[in-house]
Amino acid sequence: MATVQAPAGRSIVLPEPLQLDSGQQLAPVTVAFETYGELAADKSNAVLVCHATSGDQYVASVHPLTGKPGWWDRMVGPGKPIDTNRFHVICANVIGGCMGSTGPASQAADGQPYGMRFPVITIRDMVRAQVAMLAELGIERLYAAIGGSMGGMQALSLAANWPDIPERVLVVGATATMPAQNIAFQEVGRQAIMADPSWQAGDYYGTGKAPDAGLSVARMAAHITYLSEESLTEKFGRRLQDRQAKSFGFDADFQIESYLRYQGLSFTTRFDANSYLYITRAMSYFDLAEEHGGRLADAFEKTRARFCVVSFDTDWLYPTELSRRLVHALNATGTAVSFVELSAPYGHDSFLLDVPALDRVVSGFLNQ
Amino acid sequence: MSQLRPDLAIIADHVEPDSRVLDIGCGDGVLLAALRDQRGCNVHGMEIDAENVAGCVAKGLSVIQGDADKDLVFYPDDSFDYAILSQTLQTTKRPDMVLEELLRVGRRAFVSFPNFGHWRVRLALLWGGRMPVTRLLPVAWYETPNIHHLTITDFRALVAERGIRVEQAWFLVGDKRTSAAAANFRAEHAIFLVSR
Repeated sequence: MATVQAPAGRSIVLPEPLQLDSGQQLAPVTVAFETYGELAADKSNAVLVCHATSGDQYVASVHPLTGKPGWWDRMVGPGKPIDTNRFHVICANVIGGCMGSTGPASQAADGQPYGMRFPVITIRDMVRAQVAMLAELGIERLYAAIGGSMGGMQALSLAANWPDIPERVLVVGATATMPAQNIAFQEVGRQAIMADPSWQAGDYYGTGKAPDAGLSVARMAAHITYLSEESLTEKFGRRLQDRQAKSFGFDADFQIESYLRYQGLSFTTRFDANSYLYITRAMSYFDLAEEHGGRLADAFEKTRARFCVVSFDTDWLYPTELSRRLVHALNATGTAVSFVELSAPYGHDSFLLDVPALDRVVSGFLNQ
Repeated sequence: MSQLRPDLAIIADHVEPDSRVLDIGCGDGVLLAALRDQRGCNVHGMEIDAENVAGCVAKGLSVIQGDADKDLVFYPDDSFDYAILSQTLQTTKRPDMVLEELLRVGRRAFVSFPNFGHWRVRLALLWGGRMPVTRLLPVAWYETPNIHHLTITDFRALVAERGIRVEQAWFLVGDKRTSAAAANFRAEHAIFLVSR
């Protein structure tokens, strides 16, 4: 697989150029999105779900490239915690992404793919594009903005910068400020991509070669950070892969090695390496306090939304302490906020997996 | 509010309608839900146990998982009309500082606690010579969460020393109210409404 081709789905071309945090403009901008459930006549039931680093708009429908169910299929759907019988759920591919929204693989004005000419974007820029999309859809208020991980950062950015839009904000396994450890892992991923000769300074589109090896390593490293030691030990331990003894070579002797290689390789069939660079860069830059004069509480001065913040006890990538800091800032502004650290064995990925307590919290919060 | 525990029912009956309330150690949120549904209060909770918090959120309450000893400092002064600490003071590491924090974040505070001065407790210690295990203090000394036992007289002494005013007080024996007379001897449980 050389270059990931985005399938044609629903999308909107924004009427105005997007003014970016870097000072640059992006135009034209396409935002690809999916919706689930009917929009009420008074438009009071719109819920925006924001996706994580490697996610996309297919939150609850079959992914067109992998054929797998949506990434939050267990959470979004008829009768599920984010109930599409009740809510009109919208999920958009972030700009910089590769599933139909404008990103580094999109055509620039000269008809060639942007590659590294694509401007560096921020989480706020991703949200800016979604706000413009909502305006095009005629939606001024959101019943809720919801996201896990990078999706949670978008939900926070929305509440801080467009305080009149969300009435409820649900943030799972996220942070208001990206800490050094996470920036470090993101840099490892980017360097793996850029060290791959097939990356060709980002101009690999149409060359028949793509930095699949580099992207694969980036994904493998990141994937480890999404799991917990407990779940790795439980799932793989030191078990060998399809063999009785160690090979005394460098094949994937261990099941965990084989699993990671598979995760890395399959990621390259659905994700563009340059998108990975831009999206992780946006995350590294994320600091909601810095955006608001250095005091996190000031970011939430204007919001009237209710917040619900959830962390997981085994998530060492976005540990509970980060959520707590966010909650303290929200307390300081007198915001209605709930916070709970749930117990789940799966590390950061817990928000995507079978954690019934999360289902209860999500549906309870949305019933407020 | 008949389903409420008697001490919570007294608190619920004496919270002004439409107040902003913080219940510290709110448990399953039963008092908060009553204050919200029956008195129109703007209610917030703090609770240390994750399952209880999840249950509260599922009831539509705004509750944060936190610790009275550590997390009250993050609320601004006078954020609430009432701060409520029911059956929790004796479990905190520094009850005096928690009490000060209650009256910093709240204009008034309800504090309820089991009275270690109750005659059964005194007798158990006097005759048995062992730390009492009673209906309100049902757990042995080595595993009880109650690490700072106090009597009604102790509480009165603390608030007097700190310049805190007792607006009202209620005393319970079992589920029944008892008078303030000799309460330190007769009451199993006390509820104070205090302010600065």
